[in-house]
Amino acid sequence: MEQLKLNNADFEPISDKKFDTEKIAGESTSYWKDAWRRFRKNKLALAGVVIIILLGIMSFAGGPISGQNYYQNDLMNANQKPSAEHWFGTDNLGRDVFARTWYGAKISLFIGLMAALIDLIIGIIWGAVAGFFGGKVDEYMMRIADILYGVPYLLVVILLMVIMPPGLWTLIIAMTITGWINMARIVRGQVMQLRSEEYVMASQSLGASNSRLLFRHLVPNTMGPILVTLTLTIPSAIFTEAFLSFLGLGVPAPLASWGTMSSDALGSLQYYPFQLFFPAFFICLTMLAFNVIGDGMRDALDPKGR
Amino acid sequence: MKKLLEVKDLSVSFDTFAGEVKAIRGVTFDLDKNETLAIVGESGSGKSVTAQSLMRLIPMPPGKFTGGSIHFEGEDLTQKSEKQMESIRGQEISMIFQDPMTSLNPTMTVGKQIAEGLIKHQNMSKKAAHDRGIELLKLVGIPNPEARIKQYPHQYSGGMRQRAMIAIALACNPKILIADEPTTALDVTIQAQILDLMRELQEKTGTAIILITHDLGVVANAASRVAVMYGGKIVETGNVDEIFYNPKHPYTWGLLGSMPKLDNEDEELQAIPGSPPDLLDPPKGCPFVTRCPYAMKVCENHMPEYTELSDTQKTACWLLDERAPKVDPPESAKVGGSKVHG
Amino acid sequence: MAKYLLKRLGYILVSLFFIVTITFFLMKAAPGGPFASERKLPPAIEQQMNEAYGLNDPIIKQYGDYLVNVVKFDFGPSFKYTGQEVSDIIKRSFPYSLILGLEAIFLALAVGVLLGVVAALKHNKFGDYIAMVIAVLGISVPSFIMATILQYIFAIKLQALPVARFESFAHTILPAVALATTPLAFIARLMRSSMLEVLNADYIKTAKSKGMSERVVTYKHALRNAILPVVSYLGPLVVGILTGSFIIEKIFGIPGLGNEFVVSVTNRDYTVIMGTTVFFSVLLLFSILVVDLIYGLVDPRIKVTDGGGKE
Ligand SMILES: Nc1ncnc2c1ncn2[C@@H]1O[C@H](COP(=O)(O)OP(=O)(O)O)[C@@H](O)[C@H]1O
Ligand SMILES: [Mg+2]
Repeated sequence: MEQLKLNNADFEPISDKKFDTEKIAGESTSYWKDAWRRFRKNKLALAGVVIIILLGIMSFAGGPISGQNYYQNDLMNANQKPSAEHWFGTDNLGRDVFARTWYGAKISLFIGLMAALIDLIIGIIWGAVAGFFGGKVDEYMMRIADILYGVPYLLVVILLMVIMPPGLWTLIIAMTITGWINMARIVRGQVMQLRSEEYVMASQSLGASNSRLLFRHLVPNTMGPILVTLTLTIPSAIFTEAFLSFLGLGVPAPLASWGTMSSDALGSLQYYPFQLFFPAFFICLTMLAFNVIGDGMRDALDPKGR
Repeated sequence: MKKLLEVKDLSVSFDTFAGEVKAIRGVTFDLDKNETLAIVGESGSGKSVTAQSLMRLIPMPPGKFTGGSIHFEGEDLTQKSEKQMESIRGQEISMIFQDPMTSLNPTMTVGKQIAEGLIKHQNMSKKAAHDRGIELLKLVGIPNPEARIKQYPHQYSGGMRQRAMIAIALACNPKILIADEPTTALDVTIQAQILDLMRELQEKTGTAIILITHDLGVVANAASRVAVMYGGKIVETGNVDEIFYNPKHPYTWGLLGSMPKLDNEDEELQAIPGSPPDLLDPPKGCPFVTRCPYAMKVCENHMPEYTELSDTQKTACWLLDERAPKVDPPESAKVGGSKVHG
Repeated sequence: MAKYLLKRLGYILVSLFFIVTITFFLMKAAPGGPFASERKLPPAIEQQMNEAYGLNDPIIKQYGDYLVNVVKFDFGPSFKYTGQEVSDIIKRSFPYSLILGLEAIFLALAVGVLLGVVAALKHNKFGDYIAMVIAVLGISVPSFIMATILQYIFAIKLQALPVARFESFAHTILPAVALATTPLAFIARLMRSSMLEVLNADYIKTAKSKGMSERVVTYKHALRNAILPVVSYLGPLVVGILTGSFIIEKIFGIPGLGNEFVVSVTNRDYTVIMGTTVFFSVLLLFSILVVDLIYGLVDPRIKVTDGGGKE
């Protein structure tokens, strides 16, 4: 046996012992803090946030910085390469691509944000009503959503663009008219879960702590998937806008978006590839940023995930 | 005579983002031919890690051996190559897992899952393996095995799946069968059937069994020896009678106290208060010190050595030191009227 | 089996009826007559043409006629190209789209699954990292931008492949790659996370505990289960390839159905729009049915065929 120097005092009972029974209970307190901590560790997602913030700032500051505007035709200086005067060059009408790029950022981001917001509002109302009432109401509402969901999204958007007068809001409405379904399904799922857990809680008659549990545990858990979906809706709306612009169904001039800019540059790709490069690059960068933010949020909000 | 299996000072850790999880720390036990050893402990005490280490099923990394040896028929399994392990797994040592709903491959017929091992280890033809599969299903008590063998796991009930698992595990007549909580996920009535089946098969085949459970009630009729595990260590070991009628470790008392009793049905079960130690930073001394009602100052900083109470019973507790106050087990740990499954 | 198929066919018919109805009334509600975009016609001639195309009948009658004709796969003549039947346009252009689509689907599946499996097997190692960078980029670069990049690099700069049109296999490479990019990236991510989940499943431990080698465990046990989510993604995959073809065919000047659809949209060629929409919907609904049937074959838990069993 190992030589230990022990005296009788060592064999006194530990008197002031506290059992650490409630240690586990403290864990769920700071769900958001935990999620934020995990998110912060994700360098890629943080970079995404920085990019979006910068794009947001530049969409307002970009024009003034360069001292150019986005709509001034200058046919004498059409199709110029990037230079000290025109940082990103000029397009086929001699308009400054730098200023247009940031103006396009404003339009593209606006479309993305609006589409996501409208999806969220309709989705929450539809999903919450279906989820709360349950039963037949739920069944019919979800059946309708299912039928709409089965129709290819872009096909519907294109058809709507055909019959509606061209414009920014036409585009947003066309995109949201079936876009909300995904959100509605997720909200409904979350509401159903919330309901069943509420029921469990009520039956346990926890009394006053109910509302605390609700806000501490249930709301965060249901908010997670909704937030992630919201984040991922933005790049998909930006994509759709660009897609429609490529088909000639984008925002009408003088409005300019990254999509219409790319589409305009397509014809002269062989000679002036830089005209396509800038808007296309920013479409990709924005989608990339939102995608990594969305992924980062999903990982951060769902501790079980990898 | 040499033991079939001798595990000595086995330690396994996991590298995680939070740090090194010391899942088991110096586990020592042995196993003879034909006997059943039960490893008992609360969830998180390191039973599954121990079991899976024996078969080298712990994914490494993140897992790693940090010490000790596993001698099977005189050879150290920790030193074997992955290829050598493949011929031991399933053939010499095999394993049944806790949840029969998830431990069978859902997209492969039960027959194929049994045949795989036979074809690999015993060079059987597909046909021969199929026929042997039918025999095995019959052996584990699955009715109409000719039809059942072509079915998928989802077509089986929970109890039947666990029987199929046993058939898979026993297909190649292994010398050791490790059953990791084989009945935990099953209904009480089916639990008893599965335990009976395992005992019956052991009589027929002579396989040694390591039965892992968190429920001492399961142990009494199923095992001959018991090792009580806590916080990655074996705190007490002995034969069944010793553990049930002469337990010396306060943790064993706690486990016994948390068993349902026959005489007073409506008495609240006495769960052991507190939670298991944090294995990222385990206590320096006895792992049970934070929850032990009899904890002494010495327990905090020094791990007690094993005290040999008999040829078979060993307990690691400072209460057994002559300088410690005399403590009697609490009333709840008396087995007199305990309801023991079996 | 037969009963299941009948039920599914019933659903498909109901959905199709909705789609046909909605497109019909949407097109009727569209501003400007079918000849609006053409040179201004004298009113008398326009009147005559409206008569010829049945546009002066009451709307209900037009709708009824249309339904009957759709069943006969007769979508009437094109408004824009006189003398051409919509169904002929579809028959002529669809083969191009079909070949291109199949190539893209094959590419997306083969490469996507491979990338996903590699990523999962090399979890948190270099291979995983590379595969996931490719996947994130694939999702972030829209197909039409991918198409122009490919066109610029391989056709214009390197002159290695044809810029446009559809005359040989070489012509299909760039458009197929562009079309496959996004779904390929999705499949890679899907496959990776599904494979990682499966590799942690209990039955994988069981297979290992039987002494199965790493290779058998990965390919016989894990892959088969991990591929299931990819199979259920086949439906959306077909949709993605189909809608993607609108723009890719336009960029590469391929006379396929997607291109016809886009042209008809720009021309407001209503009969062609309706015809192609209905045709696309039929195609989609049936491919989704086929996908479901395939899923039933791959996952024995989904019972499409009848047979013994408890569930
Ligand atoms: N892959 C792993 N990574 C990190 N920690 C692990 C891993 N596997 C097991 N552990 C830890 O090892 C300890 C023992 O686990 P286990 O053997 O499964 O307990 P038991 O089977 O007794 O319930 C637990 O604290 C668990 O968190
Ligand atoms: Mg366990």
